Amino acid sequence: MIKGKFIDNLPKVYGIYTGGFLAFIILMAVLEQAGVSAKAIGIAFVAFTVGIYAIIGWLSRTLQVDAYYVAGRQVPTVFNGMATAADWMSGASFVAMAGGIYFKGYGYMALLVGWTGGYVLVASLLAPYLRKFGCYTVPDFIGTRYGGNLARLSAVLVLTVASFTYVTAQINATGTIASVALDIPFQIAVYVGLASILMCSLLGGMRAVTWTQVAQYIVLIIAYLLPVFWISNKMGAGFFPHLMLADEVARIAELEGQFGFVKNSAADLATVPKGLAGITKAHSSVNGTNWGFISLAICMMAGTASLPHVMMRYFTTPSVKSARRSVAWSLLFIFLLYSTAPMLATLSKLSLIDPNLATGIIGKSITDVQAIDWYQNWNQANLMFVSDFNGNGTLELNEFFMGGKAVVLATPEIAGLPYVISGLVAAGGMAAAMSTADGLVLAIANALSHDLYYKIIDPKAETAKRLIVARVLLVLIGFAGATIAALEIQGILGSVIWAFDFAMSGLFFPLVLGVWWKRANAQGAVAGMLLGLAAGTWYLIHVRTGGTPIWGVTQLTFGIIGSLVSLVSMVVVSLLTKAPDAKTQAMVDEVRIPSGKTVLGKQH
Amino acid sequence: MSKQEKHWEKTKGLLFITLAIWFVFSIGIFFFGTEMEASSFKPFGYPLSYYMTCQGSLLAFVILIFWFAGRQEKIDEEFGYTEREDD
Repeated sequence: MIKGKFIDNLPKVYGIYTGGFLAFIILMAVLEQAGVSAKAIGIAFVAFTVGIYAIIGWLSRTLQVDAYYVAGRQVPTVFNGMATAADWMSGASFVAMAGGIYFKGYGYMALLVGWTGGYVLVASLLAPYLRKFGCYTVPDFIGTRYGGNLARLSAVLVLTVASFTYVTAQINATGTIASVALDIPFQIAVYVGLASILMCSLLGGMRAVTWTQVAQYIVLIIAYLLPVFWISNKMGAGFFPHLMLADEVARIAELEGQFGFVKNSAADLATVPKGLAGITKAHSSVNGTNWGFISLAICMMAGTASLPHVMMRYFTTPSVKSARRSVAWSLLFIFLLYSTAPMLATLSKLSLIDPNLATGIIGKSITDVQAIDWYQNWNQANLMFVSDFNGNGTLELNEFFMGGKAVVLATPEIAGLPYVISGLVAAGGMAAAMSTADGLVLAIANALSHDLYYKIIDPKAETAKRLIVARVLLVLIGFAGATIAALEIQGILGSVIWAFDFAMSGLFFPLVLGVWWKRANAQGAVAGMLLGLAAGTWYLIHVRTGGTPIWGVTQLTFGIIGSLVSLVSMVVVSLLTKAPDAKTQAMVDEVRIPSGKTVLGKQH
Repeated sequence: MSKQEKHWEKTKGLLFITLAIWFVFSIGIFFFGTEMEASSFKPFGYPLSYYMTCQGSLLAFVILIFWFAGRQEKIDEEFGYTEREDD
């Protein structure tokens, strides 16, 4: 029922879906006015959207290998762009990024540049060529281009390390949202999140993930943009915040000058719950070194081009040309959210700190603030905290603390919007985290089932058996990710940045040089992947354990060290060993032109 | 030079232009963060440094990739390497 007719009717199907979702929002708003409790609305939002994804997942079930791995290679350009945008924009983008900008200012905005600029590399260096190759997974490309199981295995290793680091962060994000929206403990909520994630991908693999991701993109973009436009209009900051926010940015700078950044004593800070941050940095001015900004942007860009869950989305388009165009559409859809994140951070902060606004709490008495409903809710969730350090009875700028991941989720309440918007934002955050987790879990499970199990362990396995193995692995990896997420080792944003660095360390140069340097051979690629990953990991541990940083490279940018080692070792080892044979060279030539047959067959 | 080599030469040329523009907007200008902040040029009223990180560079990338895709399609067409069916 999905094939053929469904593809032709996509705009209509998703048009009806979007209309239905908007109607649902209005219905919830009416129910809120009628006196339905906030908690019930929050649950309804999350349950309704997750239910729809599960239905799409069920309808997209498949028993075919190419539908399971690459959605039958028939996803149209623009829809693949939407799916990629959802795949890409994770809990980190939706929930944590505005928070990072909120607390760390300009320095963290390197993430915006990095997470968009990377797509230029994807479009120009990799995506069209890998699509032409016709592979199912990224290690599939490495294994065939360089030849040999060792190269394939090394690629699987890097992919697993990077994607697994990433997926724990996403399950953490789904857990955070589920625990707030459904009012259940975090340790249980991560498994609720996991169950929702598996419902989308288990039966239909890539095909199911594709169509749920398009649905998730629609939910998350509405949920992100609507509150920002609403707050902007409510505050009188202008109808179109992106063009008219300069006054608000300047106003924050003025208020910062007025309040000043008072440094809290260590003893005072010790009373603040773990993981919460205060506003200690200027909102808009350049507050770090140029190199700090640039190095973070470089890592995020190279990481973007090396992360397999993004790359594999471009394997699903019908042609090389549409893969290339699809990258541009992806970035356009991503741009809609990323250009809004600083607006959200600005409006949220202004709502909170401007004494002229009804919602401002700085300068009010501490007991008044502690009596506010939303303060109590978020305080209970351990994501907000105020304390009267100087004992003057009023709340100062330095006496307010919030969790970075709470900024987006709490902003509608702080800015005094009806609760229905908070429910919508929770559903959006859930969609963002789920869509990325789906892509990641699938990337890992596919690499293990296709590259490790089918290509290396049992090349004679039948289709049914391959797909069962793929599904079992999917569940196992999901559970492993949820278990680690429940331990809360690293924050959402931190883990995601690490994932980019891992991917960049091990995969960036082996992938790029595979297309752009014919002389690159298997020995070089293996050296590049393994030494790059090892050097990156070593440097991360080195800095984490108090070692002196080299060239100002921090634990967030260790990919610089890893990828440099990867590049040098790959080039040196390649040149010292034999050039690839004529057959491999011809294969690279074939990859470089769009027309003609793919290198790997339709079913492999 | 064979047809395929010529095609690859042109493709590489486009790559270098694309990466040069990419470099300027992603890395080049941010070497001048402090200078941009001090600059009197303020698009939509923002300091230039803030504007480029929150909108300017991002928008440049979107336009760049659409432009790049169009140019690469022209190159492929010129050498007859366009895929026959595109659905």
